[in-house]
Amino acid sequence: MNANGLAVSVQGLRKSYGDVAAVSGIDLGIARGEVFALLGPNGAGKTTTVEILEGYRDRDGGEVSVLGTDPRRGGRPWRARIGIVLQLASDAPELTVGEMVTHFAGFYPSPRRPAEVIDLVGLTDKARSRIHSLSGGQQRRLDVALGLVGDPELLFLDEPTTGFDPAARRAFWEVIRALAGSGVTVLLTTHYLDEAAALADRVAVIKDGVIVAAGDPADLGGRAVADAVVSWQDTDGTRSERTAEPTRLVAGLAARYGGEVPGLTVTRPSLEDVYLELIGEENGEEK
Amino acid sequence: MSAAASTDTDTKPPAGRDQRDRQAPLPGVWRMALSRGHVELKSFFRERQSVIFILAMPAVMLVLLGAIFGKEASDAGVTIGDLYVAGIIGAGVMASSYQNLGISIAFERERFTLKRLRGTPVPAAAYFGGKIIQVVVAALAEIAVLLIIGVSFYHLHLPTSPAKWWTFTWVFFLGVAACSLLGIAASSVPRSAARNGVAVITLPFVILQFISGVYVPFNLVPSWLADIASFFPLAWLCRGMRSVFVPRAIVLEPGHSWELGQSALVLSAWIVAGLVLCLTTFRWQNRRDR
Repeated sequence: MNANGLAVSVQGLRKSYGDVAAVSGIDLGIARGEVFALLGPNGAGKTTTVEILEGYRDRDGGEVSVLGTDPRRGGRPWRARIGIVLQLASDAPELTVGEMVTHFAGFYPSPRRPAEVIDLVGLTDKARSRIHSLSGGQQRRLDVALGLVGDPELLFLDEPTTGFDPAARRAFWEVIRALAGSGVTVLLTTHYLDEAAALADRVAVIKDGVIVAAGDPADLGGRAVADAVVSWQDTDGTRSERTAEPTRLVAGLAARYGGEVPGLTVTRPSLEDVYLELIGEENGEEK
Repeated sequence: MSAAASTDTDTKPPAGRDQRDRQAPLPGVWRMALSRGHVELKSFFRERQSVIFILAMPAVMLVLLGAIFGKEASDAGVTIGDLYVAGIIGAGVMASSYQNLGISIAFERERFTLKRLRGTPVPAAAYFGGKIIQVVVAALAEIAVLLIIGVSFYHLHLPTSPAKWWTFTWVFFLGVAACSLLGIAASSVPRSAARNGVAVITLPFVILQFISGVYVPFNLVPSWLADIASFFPLAWLCRGMRSVFVPRAIVLEPGHSWELGQSALVLSAWIVAGLVLCLTTFRWQNRRDR
């Protein structure tokens, strides 16, 4: 693969904390303009990987290129081209939203207009409010505005919607879609499979420091071609049958019932099913 | 400053990413330091806790102590009230530098303010430049308040000779620099800013205030404690301030001398030590987050 066409290119990334390997050999390639989601349980190595790409952490081994630069040597001009939305950043409670975004805009060579960014994240009504008066979801949107105001080519979003209510999450997704539409590359980490499915062009599932699956969320783990389960209502109750040829089965049923098949459903493994299988079902415990 | 609408970037074209100048130079360090200082000051003066704790506390102490002990003559026509003004000015300088930075940077580290700034093109020099601006303005505001109280209630006479003001200037800046660097270094000591940060940063400062001639006139401090105090910047900061604001108290000083050269030496030594401490210990993130 050619690093020029890629916003992020990672080969053989390794990182240990003491004896504990957090990342043990990760390869990644993220194309420019792509929305890429990194999925995985807590402690799987998501944050370590992303923080190495952001230049916050050093690595033990492997090749990393972010916008054509090794983050180890990423200086100020490089940092002006990326945007980072941290988990749980909360600062400057006494500034207003407008002051904060305008202040951050002053760090960059060619920032976006603060008012435009505030509007994009839906905080125009709050532009004159002190940051401490914002709700959790509004603070998170401010975080995104601060990550965006420098007009980055690549935006890192670390678990951006943790703690959002469903409506706020939907609104946030619209913001990310709008960004992706304007050509920004987005690297997203998330716990939420629906979020990855809704936003990402590609996802990678990371477990115990390695990538266990990667691909289009619609087809992750081969789920698009996995056996389907066809179920319908019979006189005896619900019947279901697992088959590699659901269309043929449904056609047969349709012929048998002479039209509508009562209670017909055809399901393939959901992204969640595939994910839980990939990470080992009862992987609730932290590493 | 008004919100988002009034910025100098208004003239830029809307959303068109390609129209923006990718080759534009990064903003200069000075401009960013000024911008940081502006935001730091705004945050400081809007934060009730910092204004009360850092700015109002020394003034309250001066009023209280002055009201209780102020009229007692110490010696040679010097009242304890006179000594308090100078001593609390010294303590005020340390509060707005050491204590202010120690606590605020510990919180900034814990709340990921530092980490977030580190992820932007802001250079460290602009961050610290902003802190310097904030500390100097806060310390001068502090001193102004204390001098007004001193002149109004304690017959404090502001010096008229340029030599005294020159002494004030260098004692002030050396004191601010030494105490600021110590504060930055101390910000890394508490394991958690929220749980014990204020106590860990403040305790040594309170002890120093008692043994360095702030609340207790320095000539009344037992000599072994005064010797300990003489290792630290506060005693020399206060002594320098006494030489400026209560010159007739020279008779109370050890050796009947201000030993200003010694003040300059000790404060400068702390600047060097503080700088080394900062350069070796400063972290943009908490230990456990690394």
